[in-house]
This record gives sequence, structure tokens and C-alpha cells, in this order.
Amino acid sequence: MCLSIPSKVIKIDEETNIATVDTMGITRQAGLELVESEDVKVGDYVLLHVGFIMNKIDEVDALESLKVYTEILEKLDEEERAQAVLDDDNCENRGTT
Amino acid sequence: MNELQLKDLYDGFRDPKTIRMLAKEIEELAKGLDETLNIMEVCGGHTHTIMKYGLPQLLPANIAFIHGPGCPVCIMPKERIDHAIALAKMENTILLTLGDMIRVPGSKTSLAVERAAGHDIRALYTPMDALKIAKENPDKKVVFFAIGFETTTPMTSAVIKHTVDQGIKNLFFHINHVLVPPAVDAIMADGKAKINAFIGPSHVSVITGAKIYASLPEDYNTPVAVSGFEPVDVLQGILMMVRQKLEGRAELEIQYTRAVTMEGNLKAQQLNDTYMRPRAHFRWRGIGDIPDSALELRPEYDYLDAEKLFADILPTEPIDDHKLCICGTILKGLAKPMDCKVFGKACTPNSPLGSCMVSSEGSCNAYYRYAGVLG
Ligand code: SF4
Repeated sequence: MCLSIPSKVIKIDEETNIATVDTMGITRQAGLELVESEDVKVGDYVLLHVGFIMNKIDEVDALESLKVYTEILEKLDEEERAQAVLDDDNCENRGTT
Repeated sequence: MNELQLKDLYDGFRDPKTIRMLAKEIEELAKGLDETLNIMEVCGGHTHTIMKYGLPQLLPANIAFIHGPGCPVCIMPKERIDHAIALAKMENTILLTLGDMIRVPGSKTSLAVERAAGHDIRALYTPMDALKIAKENPDKKVVFFAIGFETTTPMTSAVIKHTVDQGIKNLFFHINHVLVPPAVDAIMADGKAKINAFIGPSHVSVITGAKIYASLPEDYNTPVAVSGFEPVDVLQGILMMVRQKLEGRAELEIQYTRAVTMEGNLKAQQLNDTYMRPRAHFRWRGIGDIPDSALELRPEYDYLDAEKLFADILPTEPIDDHKLCICGTILKGLAKPMDCKVFGKACTPNSPLGSCMVSSEGSCNAYYRYAGVLG
């Protein structure tokens, strides 16, 4: 039940202190009581928990992690391709099948 | 990728290729470990991820999981569920709570059974709705049965603040908020637990900051990695701990840096402090009494405290789980659910005898549902 979902802030109503957020296509309302008002803006990514915004997701940090994974995966792919070429060169049945 | 899309926050951390890559890296490195890494994931959300993505099957045999007590519904002792039922049965009363709590059996019935019998019992999407319901029903007593770990406490505090500020007179609170660190200490206390690494909770830590685990590496010589909820996060957290072990380190590290800081959400922490204080004793289902492991309302707010106001109708006798239940031993990593004589027979998710079968975040429940592990 502690599963909190990443969402994007699309509107902030300062009078009611309520934000409208998009959670993968579903629009919801979320209370802003637990965050400093200067911290959360329209366009920010936040974590939502039982109807409240809990915090802001660090965008730079998230991008950085994703980039690192992609780079490692690309490197592995390249190594695999190089290995495939090498295997082909050394294939004992070369030219026989 | 230069601009973050919402989709990336979901898919990026669930990518099957990345999962396989990390699992492979862990497998390679784990060959150098001189003992099995018995990792306790404290939080039920992690249990769910680990089982759902089949992480135990992806990882080598010397990486083992011990499922922790971190599910607010599972740790609720029967006598407190009986409190909720007694409150719901009062004249002219609406009882409110969150999610799964409705289904969990107390000593005789559950809130769901009592609701079917005609009592006004509602599961809220957000605690905020309690305010609306109280205002719409001025001639009724509205009682919010508040549950959850540190993650959910500030939301209750926010509702209490509104109740106080707006002078709402018919909304009362039965507080069952519990704390992670004392529970971990209780599990480790007798020195028998096999745990030698911890995955720190994701969203508890968003609120409290990673600082609440600072003493764990010192006290038990265990690495701690505060990790996010997605499978990629969990695997990366494990990788961090394997590296620590190989290098002879026992430190607190944060994997989930996109959401967790050392300090946490200070505004939420202050809000909690204003309305709540540590409770001297709380009995955890499956573990027993743990001092200072839960919160209660501060005495200034006695006039909102359902436990005090309606004390005369609330049962006080502790009620334990069935004597065959070995949840406590399972939590320490000294037994597996299959070692329990009644697992899957007398005890199933539909009629749980013990706490770890209660919700999808409990270990017996997770083993039962993900049949692959039943072997
Ligand atoms: S199977 Fe049921 S009775 Fe046995 S340990 Fe698990 S929860 Fe307890």
C-alpha cells in the first residue's frame, strides 16, 4: 500500500492548495500540504501517495540513471556483435555448410 | 534522451534488458562472496516487486531474500482490528480507513463482514475525504482508523491539522502509525536472524530521509541500500550491497537518489511532530510488543483521540495468531513459509491464520500466489 506513483503536475490551484496531476493519462487531484509551495511547479514530476504530493522527483538524476543503463546496454550489444563476428571467423565448419 | 517523459519513469526502470544485464552482473560478482547474502527487504512494496518480477529465480543461489514486516495491514494485531470493529458498531457512526484493512480478520469478524451487515464502513482513496465526510454528516461521529508506516503518517497529520484549524467537531482519529527502525531492531535483537544486508524502503525514506537507517550498518555490520520500487532499482541496490561486501564495507547507500535524500521531507516531518509522539508500546502482529515502535496523538489533542474518548468500549486483551503460526521465525530468515505445517492448507489468503498470509505484501501470501516458488 506504500506504492506511490510518478505523476506530472499540470495545474496548481493556489487558493485550494490542490494540484492537478497526470498519472499516465489519468488526471487526478493531489494535496500540496506536504511540500513547500516554491518547490513544486507545473511540469514537475512528483510522487503521489494517497492523494498527496510527497516530493519532487529529481529529473536530472532520473535522466542520468537511464542514460547510464542505456550506455551499458549499448556497450554490451557492441561486444556481442564483435563476438559474433569473431565466432564466425573461427567457425570450424566455415564454408562447409 | 534529453527530456524526461513520464513514460520513462515507468518503463525505464522496468526494462527487461536492463533487468537481465544487472542480474548477470550480480551473478558474476556474487561468485566472489564468501557467504550467502541474506537480504531483508523491509518494505512490503519491495516484496511485491521481487516476487512479481521473479528476481529470486534470476539471481544466483547465494543471493537470498528474507521478506520483512513492512506491510501496515499485516502487522496490525487482531485486538486493534477489533477496535475498528467496535468503533464501527457504535450508534450513529461512520468508520473510515484505507485499502486492504477492510478485509483483514480480527478475532471474530472483519470490517468487510460488518459492512455487509449494515454498518457504515468506508475505504478511502485519500485521508482528505475524511474532512468532507465529517462535514456532510454533522450529526454523526466519523472515526478515521489511521494506518501505515512513515509514508502515510504525514497525510494523517495534514487531515488532523485541517480538523483543528477548521474546528471540525465530529471527526476523531484512531492512530495506528508504525515505525520502521524499531521493527528492524526487534527482528535483529536476539542475534539469531540470518540477515546480513538490508534493502531500505523507498517511500518511507522519501518522508523520513535515509538518515533513519544510519545506525544499522554499525549495529549489525550490514550494508544498507535504500532502493526504489522498480525491478531495476532493486537489482541496482543489490549490486551496491554485493560490492560493499566484496570490498569489506558496511555502509548506508542510497540507490533511489531521484527521490530520496539523507534528510527527507522536513515539512512532513514537522507536521508529524506537531500532532504525534512516540507511543510507549505497540504490539506487532507476528513479532510481539516493540517499545516506541508506533505513534499516538499528543495529549493536547485528546479531544480528537478515539482511543481515549471511546476507551470504555475498546477491548484491551492482546490476541495472538494461531499457535502453529511461525511468522516471527520466517521474518528472521530462520524458516520459509513452506516450513509451516498449515501453509496453503488451513492457512490461505482467503482465510489467513497468521500475519504473513494477510496481504499481498506478506511473505506467506507472496509464496502462495506465485506458485513457481511452491516447487
Ligand atoms: S502459513 Fe499462515 S500460519 Fe503458517 S506461518 Fe504463514 S501466516 Fe503463519
